[in-house]
Amino acid sequence: MVASQYAPSEANKTLWVFLEIEGDDFASVSLELLAKGRDLADRAGWTLCGLLLGSDVADRANQAYSYGADEVWLCDHPLLGEFDVCGYSHATMQAIKEGKPSVFLLGATSNGRDLAGRLAVRLRTGLNADCTDLILDEDRGVLVSEVTGFGGGVIALLESAEHCPQMSTVRPGVFVPNKPDPSRLGELVEIKVKLKEADIRSRIVERHVGKGVDLTQAPVLICGGRGIDGDFESLRELAALVDGEVGATRPPVDEGHIERERQVGQTGVVCRPKVALNFGISGAFHFIVGIQDAETIIAINSDPKAPIFDHADYCIVEDTHKILPELIKTLKRERESIHA
Amino acid sequence: MPDLEIVVCMKVVPKSEEIRVDMESLLLERTGVRSEINPPDMNALEMALALKDKQPARISILSMGPPFFEPILRVGLAMGAERFYLMSDREFAGADTLATTYTLAKGIEKIGDVDLILCGEESADGATGQVPPGLAEWLDLPQVTLATALTIDQKKRIVQVRREIKGGYEIQEVTLPTVISVKTASNEPRFIDFHRKPWAFEEAEVTIWSHDDVDVDDGYIGLTGSPTVVSGLREAEVRDRRKEFLQGSPEEIVRELAKRLQGMLT
Repeated sequence: MVASQYAPSEANKTLWVFLEIEGDDFASVSLELLAKGRDLADRAGWTLCGLLLGSDVADRANQAYSYGADEVWLCDHPLLGEFDVCGYSHATMQAIKEGKPSVFLLGATSNGRDLAGRLAVRLRTGLNADCTDLILDEDRGVLVSEVTGFGGGVIALLESAEHCPQMSTVRPGVFVPNKPDPSRLGELVEIKVKLKEADIRSRIVERHVGKGVDLTQAPVLICGGRGIDGDFESLRELAALVDGEVGATRPPVDEGHIERERQVGQTGVVCRPKVALNFGISGAFHFIVGIQDAETIIAINSDPKAPIFDHADYCIVEDTHKILPELIKTLKRERESIHA
Repeated sequence: MPDLEIVVCMKVVPKSEEIRVDMESLLLERTGVRSEINPPDMNALEMALALKDKQPARISILSMGPPFFEPILRVGLAMGAERFYLMSDREFAGADTLATTYTLAKGIEKIGDVDLILCGEESADGATGQVPPGLAEWLDLPQVTLATALTIDQKKRIVQVRREIKGGYEIQEVTLPTVISVKTASNEPRFIDFHRKPWAFEEAEVTIWSHDDVDVDDGYIGLTGSPTVVSGLREAEVRDRRKEFLQGSPEEIVRELAKRLQGMLT
């Protein structure tokens, strides 16, 4: 068997969360993980630590405490100003060797996955990717990670009890961040990171970032599938009326009708809106995963046997092209009467 | 200058729309489920072929899996790849990402002098996207994931990669050799070349490697080399829904729906 860099018996009862910086803030998934981590740590009597990497970022530690961290382990170095997976792996490795956490969690973002994939190999440990829930078995000190398997309605429970740290990347949007408490205090642990230019192996030549969309925060989600024949313009019109966001199943995304960041479901975004309206979607399980936590689900599909109706509160068996304009018209009329 | 040596990592997956899970046994129902090349890997192969259209290059397909992968992956030869290596051995079975990336890395070392390793973004069945960074780590190479385009300056040994990021893209520069994962659906995989068909499906020799053929530590492969353990399986909970069917003309249906959504859509 492959032995990890340190054995479970040498590990501290600490749970680490990678604090990913996104623009001027922490990535929302990092705050979500602090909330879940806080909950798991409290139950088990463990310590929750945030791992903070960057250049001149020490002042962000307070924010991490306010969201639940007991400690922030800081790797501050001029060469960590930009995310470079090799540089970040190097620094994280040094922190982990000092802190020997039992559990290390990262958001399943592009950078989080890149870093986790490399580190798990360097640490010779198991990595459970894209998890949708976490349980900490206090008696054994084992992290049990839930993943939705094979596009079907099966949940697999995964663990790597014999290896350290137990690593998982977690799907954004599955946990809810705590309300920040500015009075919460924590302890800063500074790591003297040894890094040289040659450890940084990629260089950003250009970057173009527009205003990204975050479907996980949308109160109303309007989704379209194959059945709308690419008519996302009408969905956008409807979304604008109800202050919602437009999402889609995979086929219209693959066909280029809509941006990939709007793909909902297992290989896309998992959302928890108040209302999800689904037009022309048959309801394969890998899509349902993305909306099943909605308070109210509405499905419009011309096929009465479409599986989506098993997951809907209000079911409409009709051509979406007949319902959509009618709904837009009705909502417009309602708006006008409110403003009149 | 020698030809650019490219390895494309590919695998075969059950067709996602045909996968069913037996809710009694919680096992995959395999009967009647057809297999296909993992669709994201076709984007990786297309990126390799597009590079070969522009500069002298040699493309090898590398896969790890059971013998039935062979006829399926020969499609890659028909599309334009020159060589095909299949790491096939019962000892490799049951591998998680740690063991998979270790084994594939050993295969890449055995092929030797590789400049560029291309992978699909993720597999359609596992969907973890952890193989490309894991491979890069075993091989101690730089990596760029989610590439949508790349240009190579072989003289300077530099690759510029356009990478998808949240709300936009960036151009990253790394040196060769490197591991790159290709964003799913970022290109249109070409059709097979009919002139290559007889060679690809009948004559071409596929190199099959067992664990004895590659320099592997048996403790690092297959189930033995996999730290992650499936400790349980259960049916996903389905929340009870009202399942109320609204009926009538489109006007009547929308009126009923609007009534029920009163206050929810504001």
